[in-house]
Amino acid sequence: MEPGRCKGISLIFLLTALQVFSSAARTLDAGPGTQLLRISYALSAAVHGDTIRIHGGEYHEGNIIIDKQVVLLGLGRPVVDGDHLGEIFSIKADGVTLDGFRIRNTGVSGLNDYAGIKIYNRKNVIIKNNILENCFFGIYTQYGLNCVVSNNVLRASQGREQLSGNGIHCWKSDSLIISGNSITGHRDGLYFEFVSHSLIWRNISEKNNRYGLHFMFSNDDTYASNVLEGNGAGVAVMYSKNVRMFHNTFRDNWGDASYGMLLKDITDSYIQGNYFESNTVGIFVDGGTRIQMYRNSLRNNGWGIKITSSSMDVKLNYNDFIGNTFDVGTTGNLVLNDFDHNYWDKYEGYDLDRNRTGDIPYRPVSLYSMIIENNPPALILFRSLISTLMDRSEKILPSITPESLKDNYPLMSPLKLW
Amino acid sequence: MKKLIKYNLLDIVRNRIVLAYTLLLALITLSVFSLEDNAAKGQLTILNLILYIVPLVCIVFSTIYAYNSVEFIEMLLSQPVRRKTIWLSLFCGLSGALSLAFLAGLGVPLIFLDQSRTGILISLAGVFLTVIFVAIALLAAVKTRDKAKGIGVSVLLWMYFALLFDGIVLFVLFQFPDYPLEKTMVGITMLNPVDLARIMILLKMDISALMGYTGAVFREYFGTNAGISVSFLALTLWALLPFYFSLRNFNRKDL
Repeated sequence: MEPGRCKGISLIFLLTALQVFSSAARTLDAGPGTQLLRISYALSAAVHGDTIRIHGGEYHEGNIIIDKQVVLLGLGRPVVDGDHLGEIFSIKADGVTLDGFRIRNTGVSGLNDYAGIKIYNRKNVIIKNNILENCFFGIYTQYGLNCVVSNNVLRASQGREQLSGNGIHCWKSDSLIISGNSITGHRDGLYFEFVSHSLIWRNISEKNNRYGLHFMFSNDDTYASNVLEGNGAGVAVMYSKNVRMFHNTFRDNWGDASYGMLLKDITDSYIQGNYFESNTVGIFVDGGTRIQMYRNSLRNNGWGIKITSSSMDVKLNYNDFIGNTFDVGTTGNLVLNDFDHNYWDKYEGYDLDRNRTGDIPYRPVSLYSMIIENNPPALILFRSLISTLMDRSEKILPSITPESLKDNYPLMSPLKLW
Repeated sequence: MKKLIKYNLLDIVRNRIVLAYTLLLALITLSVFSLEDNAAKGQLTILNLILYIVPLVCIVFSTIYAYNSVEFIEMLLSQPVRRKTIWLSLFCGLSGALSLAFLAGLGVPLIFLDQSRTGILISLAGVFLTVIFVAIALLAAVKTRDKAKGIGVSVLLWMYFALLFDGIVLFVLFQFPDYPLEKTMVGITMLNPVDLARIMILLKMDISALMGYTGAVFREYFGTNAGISVSFLALTLWALLPFYFSLRNFNRKDL
C-alpha cells in the first residue's frame, strides 16, 4: 500500500475513535424552559467533557466559576449580566470552550482586575464569538497556555485612564492565538506582558483610551494584519525581542503624545509591509537594535519615522515615504542605521542612467526638523520663508544635520505598496 | 469723498498691472489645483503665494502708485477738499482695488475649488494682508520724498516682514534655548502680520507638525474662537496703525 492511502485510513480511524469518545460525553441544556434554569446549576450538574447549551435569555448570577472541562455554548446569544458586582466567568479548568455569549457589566475596582472572562493558569481554553459590553477588563489570561481568543467583540466606554481596564489582557502566557477580535473603548485594546510564542492576527483595535496595542517583555510573537486606529496614544511596544509585525495598519493616531508605533528597546525584530497613515509620528524608534523594516508605507504622518541615535543596525529599506511633513527625525549625529533604497516623495534628484535609482543621495533629515527637535518653540517658523531657505542651503552643504544619515540609492518611483 | 474713492478705484482697477496681477493669481490657483492630486499640497502653494507674493505686489505697486499720483494730489489740494479725504480715498481706492483683484484672481477660485473652511480663511487672510501692505506702502511713500528711495524702503520692509523678522526670532530662540518661550512666541507673532496669517492658516490646515507641547500651546491659543478673534483684531490694527501714521504725516507734510 502506498503511504498516502495509509495516512488516509489512519485518519479515518482516528476520526471514528474521536467520535466514539465524544459521544460518551453528554449534552445538557440550560436556560428558560429547561430543567436547569441557571448556568451555575448546569455547571454543577455537568461532568468532565460535557457540552452545555445555554439558551437565550438573561442571566444574573454574579461570578460563574467553570472548574470542569466543558463546552459552554450560547444559543441565541444569552446575556450574562454581572450587575457591576465583580468578575463574570472565571475559567479554572483546562480545555474549556466558551462560545456565543453576550457578557456585560463587570464590577469596576481599583484593587481587583475584574474581567468579563478570566483564565486562571489553564491551557487549551477557547473563547470565541462572544460579545463583551461594558466590562472593566474584557478577556484576561493569566498563565494561559495554548489558548485561543477569537472573533470576540469588546465594547466599553471607559472614562478616566486610571479607572479603566484593558480589552484583551494577557499576562505570563504562552502560545496564544488572538484573532479576529474587535476592541473599542478600553484602556489598552490589546495588552501583553510576558507573553511569548503567540499569534495576534486580524484584530481591530480602535478608539481605545490609551494604546491600541501595548506589549512589554513579550518575545517571539507575531502580529499580522491587525488594524490599530484612532487610539489615544497609538501603539507602544517595549522591551521585547523577536517581534514580527506584518501587514498591520496604524492609522489616525493623532495627538500631542501619540505615536503610530512606539518601539522602545526592541531587538531582533521584523516590521514589514505595514501601513502607517496620518499619525503624529509614524514610527518612533527609541533604542532599537537589529530591526528590519521593509516595504512599509508611511503616508501623511507628521513625522514619518523618528529614530534616536542610540538605535543601531536598524535596516530601513524599500519603504514608501509619501506626504509626511518630515520624513525622518533624529536626535544626534551618530548614525548606525541603514536608510537605503527607499522612496521619498521629497527627493529632487535625477536618474541619468535610467536604473530607477536616483544618482545623488537623499538626506531625509531637514535642518528645520533638527531645530525644532532641539528648540520646540521654533515651531512658530514652520513653513516660513526662512525655514525653507535654511533647508535648501543645508541640503547642499550639510553642517548640522547628520552627514551620514542619507539614502544612497533613493528610488525614483513609489513602490505602490498599498 | 465718495466721488474721489470711486475715481481712484476705477483708475486702479483699469491699471494694466493690476489686471496682470489678477490673471497671474488666477492662473497659478487654477494650475495648482489641476496639477496637484492632493488638495492639501495645493493649499500649501497657495499659502506661499499669499504670504509672500501678495504682500510684495501690494507694497511695491502701492508705493509706485502713491508717487505717481503726487501731481493729482497737488491738483486736488488746490480745490476745497480736506487732506484727510484725499489720503483716505487714495488708501481706500488702493486697498479696495487690490483686494478685488486678489479675490477675483485667487479668493473666489479657491473657495470654489477647495470647498473647505480653510479656503475661506485663506482668502480672508489674503485680503487682510493686502490692506495691511497698502497701508505700510503709503507710510513708506509719505515718509520719503524721493521715489527711488521710497520704493527701496518698501522692498526692504517687505523683506523685513517676510524674512528678516523670522531670522531675528530664530536668533532669539537660539539665545534662550532653555527658557519656555512658547507663550512669548504667541505674543511675538502679533508683531508680524505675515507670521500671524501663516500660523492661523497652518493651524487650520496642517497641524501634523504642530505637535508636542508647543503645538498644544499654539493650538490652545490660535485654535479657539477667542484666539482667532484676537488675531484678526491684531491684523486690523496692523492695517489701521500704519495708515493712521501716514495720514498724520500727510496732514503735516509740506508738499
